[in-house]
Amino acid sequence: MRYAETGYNLEIDLTRGNIERVETDPKLTELHLGGLGTNAKILWDRVPPETEPFSSDNLLIIGSGLLVGTPAPGANRTIVSTYSPQTLLMGYSMMGGFFAPELKYAGYDKVIFRGKSPNLVYVWINNDKVEIRDASHLHGKGAVETQELIRRELKEPNAQVAAIGLAGENRVYTASIEQGRSSASRLGIGAVMGSKGIKAIAVRGTKDINLARPAEFLELCNDVLKYIKFRNENPVPNVMTILQGLGSPQEMLHTDEKWHTENFMWGNARTRRKDFWNKEIEKKWKETQETVRTRLISCYNCPIKCGAIISVAGLSTYMMKCFSKLTYAMAAFVDDLDFGFRIAQRASEYGVDGFSTPQIMAFAFELKEAGILTDADFAGCPPDNEGRFFWLLDRIVRREGIGDVLANGTHWAAQAIGKGAEAYAHNNIKKHEQLPLKLGMLNPVYFLMYATGEKINITQIEGQFPQAPFMTMEEREGFIKDWIQVPDEKFKQIVLDWEPRGERSNPYYPTVDMSVDIVDWQEKMHYIDDALGVCAGLSSFPLKPPYHMHNYPKLISSATGIGMDEAGLTQVYNRNRSLVRAINVRRGLRRADEKPPEDHWKKRFPELEENLLDAYYKFKGWNKDGIPTKETLQKLGMDYVAEDLEQRGIIKNEQN
Amino acid sequence: MSKIKKKVKTIKIDLDKCNGCRACEVICSAFHAKPKYGSNNPARSRIRMIRDPIRDVYLPVYAGEYTKAECAGRDKYVIDGKEYSECDFCRASCPSRDIFKEPDSGLPLKCDMCEDDPPQDKPLCVQWCLNDALTYEEREEEVEEEVKMQDVEIGVESMVDKYGLQKVMDTVARMTKKE
Repeated sequence: MRYAETGYNLEIDLTRGNIERVETDPKLTELHLGGLGTNAKILWDRVPPETEPFSSDNLLIIGSGLLVGTPAPGANRTIVSTYSPQTLLMGYSMMGGFFAPELKYAGYDKVIFRGKSPNLVYVWINNDKVEIRDASHLHGKGAVETQELIRRELKEPNAQVAAIGLAGENRVYTASIEQGRSSASRLGIGAVMGSKGIKAIAVRGTKDINLARPAEFLELCNDVLKYIKFRNENPVPNVMTILQGLGSPQEMLHTDEKWHTENFMWGNARTRRKDFWNKEIEKKWKETQETVRTRLISCYNCPIKCGAIISVAGLSTYMMKCFSKLTYAMAAFVDDLDFGFRIAQRASEYGVDGFSTPQIMAFAFELKEAGILTDADFAGCPPDNEGRFFWLLDRIVRREGIGDVLANGTHWAAQAIGKGAEAYAHNNIKKHEQLPLKLGMLNPVYFLMYATGEKINITQIEGQFPQAPFMTMEEREGFIKDWIQVPDEKFKQIVLDWEPRGERSNPYYPTVDMSVDIVDWQEKMHYIDDALGVCAGLSSFPLKPPYHMHNYPKLISSATGIGMDEAGLTQVYNRNRSLVRAINVRRGLRRADEKPPEDHWKKRFPELEENLLDAYYKFKGWNKDGIPTKETLQKLGMDYVAEDLEQRGIIKNEQN
Repeated sequence: MSKIKKKVKTIKIDLDKCNGCRACEVICSAFHAKPKYGSNNPARSRIRMIRDPIRDVYLPVYAGEYTKAECAGRDKYVIDGKEYSECDFCRASCPSRDIFKEPDSGLPLKCDMCEDDPPQDKPLCVQWCLNDALTYEEREEEVEEEVKMQDVEIGVESMVDKYGLQKVMDTVARMTKKE
């Protein structure tokens, strides 16, 4: 019997309409766990690096994490992997919600799509019965609306549906896959789903997921819940509100947005409004949020309420989480939060990423002001800040006029527009739009995470090491006192010694080696979470989470029966990390691509930055160009990767 | 029958506090698995969420008695502007719907308040509901003494209803011989 996983993938060839249930190799679970790890393995094995993202040879892999469907709190993530049309690298966007557990109860760990359907279809997975059904009547329907229509059509209120909106159908590079309160938004995976002609995937499952050592596993889950309760009652002091608790930042609960509105940039990630927040705005925004917010909600088997049901008068209801209430408003220079909720409703139905899309629009209006785009490009656009954002969102999603160019994101739009537009696409890493954050002094840990992260989005890389030093020794001692999550005691000393100013402060402290160690720890937890399907909000993202390096090996081994300890889990992480890197290296990623936006920090230190990259690569067992060495790959049991990279001339014999 | 003192176990359900996470279904199905916690499958849970996020319907319901026939004339209720069917609140394992039945056999399921040895302080759904949508209360009541039906008896009764007593007896006899 297979434990924690089903041991089967569903392979769907859309060109031929062929559906197969394929048993997976249990050895791969030992090597890569599941989720991101096994997704990456499939992408490496089966999709050659020259494959275009929208080609029928590209795979769209909808994977569940290894612990999804077990009672592990917060193990509910769907990991979607493919080649991104925007970055041209591996895209692995993820979502919480209810889809992945349902898929496992239906008897599958992953659904793997290849080929392309000639007509728009949706896939209905009902335990062993799987159908490809016509979706021509759903053409152009909203992503939220589609989920409801399909549930009604199937007369299956308990089906979980992941759908794309018009943006995905039109292959907009910021198109998302939406599912209930969650969405897999980044890197244009909704566009890949659209290119395959899939409007939605509906799933219903009523089978068992088995555990190897149930009593032991349950006790560990109970400890996780106890710790969540403890953390809910004991917020971390001396850090800003949104970092005190568990979960993703509690933007649906909190209405105090002084920090975001005054520290994040407005418009095209350029303008800081230091005195934005005042009593009047505070009162008005609070009222707005409390009026539209019907209920705080959670994902499957998680007590943390990161999401909310949002009902704006006159608009259909949708769900929201995190920061997207602000992204459109701030990009559009609209001081009314109500606009944020109204445009996010349309954006959710269209199915677009709430981080990149507002920035693309702000970028376009900056180009217009600079005279690079002209009035003719904006014929029919209303003059007011709110109206013009709605107008441009419609154009982008429909790929009409200038919207067709902008639909490819700021990088590709700037390339197409030319005339110096490139300088306005200033907030990208690896062609992908970043948080609108601009800071003063370089932080060496963040430099490395921004530069080297394969997810290309800081919130998916950063984690449980404090973002800034504590002011007093008393605060530092207080913080490290019950810091059980550290994989090594040395991290406590760094927190104790880290000063806001002076010799032991940014950018030279944490030192290069310390920075590498810290980044490796943060990354490790994210890679493990993404393989297990545990939400980062209960693990790698917040300070002092309930899941960590000391309880994960026990959870994995009692759930699956696979022998696992901290060293073994570190090995799995290193394997998955280097495999994802190898996939991207094979698609052309090199050191030269690993840089944060020029203007991310005012004070930059080129020599230090080079030293940081050198040290990081060395630590990983990669060469100076960020390519895993043959020796490293062999040590991780991936000789086949080394051979492939050697055959392609990417690894050269003399490099070691 | 004589009157006896009985401890009445109650779970109070606060719909306003429910975050819709279905942890109650998760732990219920795990607890009642064989071996205990050995598998997980919310479709086997004896508490189910009637859940429709877009209409803000979040309603946990516990499995009650098995019924062989669905009732006629089901009413609709509008509470706080949200429409519920009478079935939404009904605890019966009933032919009109697929909840509170074993997914493979169709046999009815009933909440047993997590009877366990040693006893649990609270049913596990309550223990796992960190948002306090489910709270546990006990009170003493004088009730008529009654014979409590066991799981097996409920199951056999439903099979008798479905196939007739004779067929069930024949089958049991045949199975006994095989063993």
